[in-house]
Amino acid sequence: MVTTESEQMAYIAAQAADARVNVEVETDEGMTLNLGPQHPATHGTLRIVAKLDGEMVEAAEPIMGYMHRGYEKLTEVRTYPQVTTLINRIDWLGSFANEVPFILAAEQLMEVEAPPRAQWIRTLLFELSRIANISLFLGDMAVQVGATTPVFYAFRDREFVLNQIERVTGGRFHPNFDRIGGLKDDLPKGWIEETGSVVNKMRDFCDEMEELVLGNEIFQARTREIGVIPPDVALAYGLSGANLRASGVDWDIRRDANVGLVYDQIDWKVWTHPDGDSFSRFWVRLQETREACNMIEQLLDGIPSGPIMAKVPRIIKVPAGEAYVATENPLGEMGYYIVSQGELTPFRVKIRSASFSNMSITPWLLKGVFVPDIISILASLYFILGDIDR
Amino acid sequence: MGLVESGKLPKPLTKILNMSRRYSMWVYQWGLACCAIEMGAAFASPRYDVMRLGVIPLPASPRQADFLVVSGTVTDKMAPAVRRLWEQMPDPKYVISMGSCANCGGPYWDSYSVTKGVDQIIPVDVYVPGCPPRPEALLEGIVLLQERIMNEDMAERWKGDPIVVE
Repeated sequence: MVTTESEQMAYIAAQAADARVNVEVETDEGMTLNLGPQHPATHGTLRIVAKLDGEMVEAAEPIMGYMHRGYEKLTEVRTYPQVTTLINRIDWLGSFANEVPFILAAEQLMEVEAPPRAQWIRTLLFELSRIANISLFLGDMAVQVGATTPVFYAFRDREFVLNQIERVTGGRFHPNFDRIGGLKDDLPKGWIEETGSVVNKMRDFCDEMEELVLGNEIFQARTREIGVIPPDVALAYGLSGANLRASGVDWDIRRDANVGLVYDQIDWKVWTHPDGDSFSRFWVRLQETREACNMIEQLLDGIPSGPIMAKVPRIIKVPAGEAYVATENPLGEMGYYIVSQGELTPFRVKIRSASFSNMSITPWLLKGVFVPDIISILASLYFILGDIDR
Repeated sequence: MGLVESGKLPKPLTKILNMSRRYSMWVYQWGLACCAIEMGAAFASPRYDVMRLGVIPLPASPRQADFLVVSGTVTDKMAPAVRRLWEQMPDPKYVISMGSCANCGGPYWDSYSVTKGVDQIIPVDVYVPGCPPRPEALLEGIVLLQERIMNEDMAERWKGDPIVVE
């Protein structure tokens, strides 16, 4: 690209203007630290602008929108079956979990219910995608505080889960498997036994992570009593998922407001931790992965036989109305508010994604911490950029 | 590199240069969206293990990198940053566009905020299709890029503008 000098200067000026974001960050003396938009600790394209006083953060602000892909507007020009293809890609680590609340909301409007077998398999794949999601967090969090090895283990063992998802759905990442009224296909032959052995492997992985990371002295020093969120603040900022449970709030949509999934028919436990620091967020997620392994084992044992699809018309038109369904996704509460006017496409879809709300606490949380702690706090909050910006 | 710039590089020397460049590529990974995880699986997982191809992931800065993997959706807000990081890389530099979003916009072909193809802002050498491509597909793209480097005439490249794939 050939640029004249004036063009070059205009480009630099535009970049500089882009760097100035907040009056609070800019006016006083001190140093402004720009983290991102390309930084390994930000899981992609989050940008944090922090004003520093020495090593201390005086004010910090997350700048989102670098991954904004316009889902809510795009869903208005996609038919209902096409929407699942898109919304798979919101939280790309646990894709199947993204489809479920949307499909459930559409089913609520159409007044169809998936057959029991479809509900069980949905729950099963939901928990598998939770393991696929959180296992990477367990490795990634260790990377952020300085240990590189755990992420290799995480990627290694995550492949087993992805293989199982791929065998059912055909996609490693984006299954696009959920349909209004049921599922696309039944489970393949021999899948249940294989998944049983994968669950055992993931249990071993959790034990390995506990030994490798959780008991590590450096890890504890970097995370204990760092980034403490009291329960009332967590609730005030609308945190959800493991971040909220790590603050000691006993809250889980799977137990409290379960819609359309079979969590009420299996025996499981909600894990909470009273501390609310980075360490407890890691701990809660580790326990949740274990709990998901237990749940999957029970689900594998109890899948009822029967059809996989309910009776739905070939061309799906959702009757006029409004519905909101939220589920407990790996990152927290994810809900879809669908407004339908009886057309082939939704009239409006509002996506309530967990990471966006979880992110909103960062200005409060990063105030007064040291610079290296920014990384460990951000890692422990665990967001996915597609989930923040949508 | 006076010999290279003069355009009189002997063939055997070119071959040795190319071979050494081919098997010591530092990749700056531009993890943007879903594809970043598949790229991470290719680069950091023991199953795919990109280092056996002579590619070294995770340089500290783009200034040390030989090629860039743009993995994921480039939005209009992100595009200046992509361009800026690409400009920081030393020549000769190569770009692999990974995934449908970086190739052409992918499932967001009608979105108001997505750049329809990273080739609008930087020249791309290899396109890897898929949404997201499997790690094997990325490895195949890297192998193709290595073949291209192997057959490249350094003198030609250094004489004029960088190779632009239209």
